[in-house]
Amino acid sequence: MTAAAFVITLLLWAPALAAEPNFPPLGGRVVDQANILSAETRAALTAKLKALEDKSGIQLVVATVSSLDGQEIEPYANQLFRTWKLGEAKKNNGVLFLVAPKEHRVRIEVGYGLEGTLTDATSKIIIANAVAPRFKAGDFNGGVERGVDDIITTLTADAADWQKRPAVREEDKSSLAALLPLLLFAAIFLLVFIHTVRSRGGIGPALLYMLLSGGNSRRGDFGGGGFLGGGGDSFSGGGGSSGGGGASGSW
Amino acid sequence: MPVILSRLRALTILLAIGLTLSACGYNRIPTKEEAAKAAWAEVQNQYQRRSDLIPNLVATVQGYAKQEKDVLTQVTEARAKATSIHVDASQLTDPEKVKQLQDAQNALSGALGRLLAVSENYPELKSNQSFLALQAQLEGTENRIAVARKDYIDAVRAYNLELRTFPGVLWASTIFRSNQPMAEFTADSGAQGAPKVKF
Repeated sequence: MTAAAFVITLLLWAPALAAEPNFPPLGGRVVDQANILSAETRAALTAKLKALEDKSGIQLVVATVSSLDGQEIEPYANQLFRTWKLGEAKKNNGVLFLVAPKEHRVRIEVGYGLEGTLTDATSKIIIANAVAPRFKAGDFNGGVERGVDDIITTLTADAADWQKRPAVREEDKSSLAALLPLLLFAAIFLLVFIHTVRSRGGIGPALLYMLLSGGNSRRGDFGGGGFLGGGGDSFSGGGGSSGGGGASGSW
Repeated sequence: MPVILSRLRALTILLAIGLTLSACGYNRIPTKEEAAKAAWAEVQNQYQRRSDLIPNLVATVQGYAKQEKDVLTQVTEARAKATSIHVDASQLTDPEKVKQLQDAQNALSGALGRLLAVSENYPELKSNQSFLALQAQLEGTENRIAVARKDYIDAVRAYNLELRTFPGVLWASTIFRSNQPMAEFTADSGAQGAPKVKF
């Protein structure tokens, strides 16, 4: 009994033990865990980043961390990006601007969908020219602001990405299509139910049970889908991922 | 009316069987197999991307550092060897084949690391714009390879685990008997030996 309980506890903990380093929570578009940015800079950045997402759907998040937990910045940034799921799930249009002042490392991690616009070479130039020299001089606010400005300029120079997308219409269509199988399922369920009530016994109840259990387990597959992070206080990732694009630098 | 009802019943039973099977994890083996294969495709894709960058890099370095013939030849040869080994998704169950590819790609990583180290000695090369861009691309590609490899290892672990644990093992020993565990990359110097370009 105790052994079984132990195994169960172990199973519950396994994912947590294997999990990533101590990542800060995604509290907003600017996560200043290392506390190197002034309140004005944070506010200005948040407004800029929100405007970017409203116009283009791109989720750009600035994060400063107090420590990389002994890791290199590249795997750390990639895992953090994937934990926060920046960008829309289908477009993977997220960017993470990560600063680790303790390790003197900085990285721009680019989501799959933006690799063609914000290339590795461009990211490196932004870090080398706009960010690293200011960090070296101790000007974190200026470095981050200039870096973000340059990233936004690069991302929005592409006209196709700058246009507001007809998201509402697309959603309408897809939700109707998603509803169709459900309606069908409900219809069959109803027919079986009626049939069961009429014939009383037989295979009916068993079928009903199977349908119910099948339906439940299938619903599990739909979980974890992304949705676009809203404005205001509640900001969250949209389900995007990154494959390690971007560039890093030190100062 | 009875005919319609019996047909309806047959249809319902079929539907129920389908749903019950999927509830028992019947779908999980093929799903995870496909996930692992997709992760492998990404690894191949990133290796290809790196090998596409190399001719440009070699040409640029050659313009400034002709005397470094040995290092340049090593890179070209390592690239030729690495691109000659191709492992498609159906060969992933062969650990020998995967190891061959891994060794060849590691040799290429080593040669590239030496080339970049040698480049440090040529100030004009180091300030050349196209060299800097190539360097950034190469650095990014090495990082993408590391990520793709990690994703592949994770996907293969999930697939192999599914084949060996309940309830997947039931399907693996009956319907999916032909499904073999896939080969993982061994965690070796591959990731650490990647050229590090600091600036």
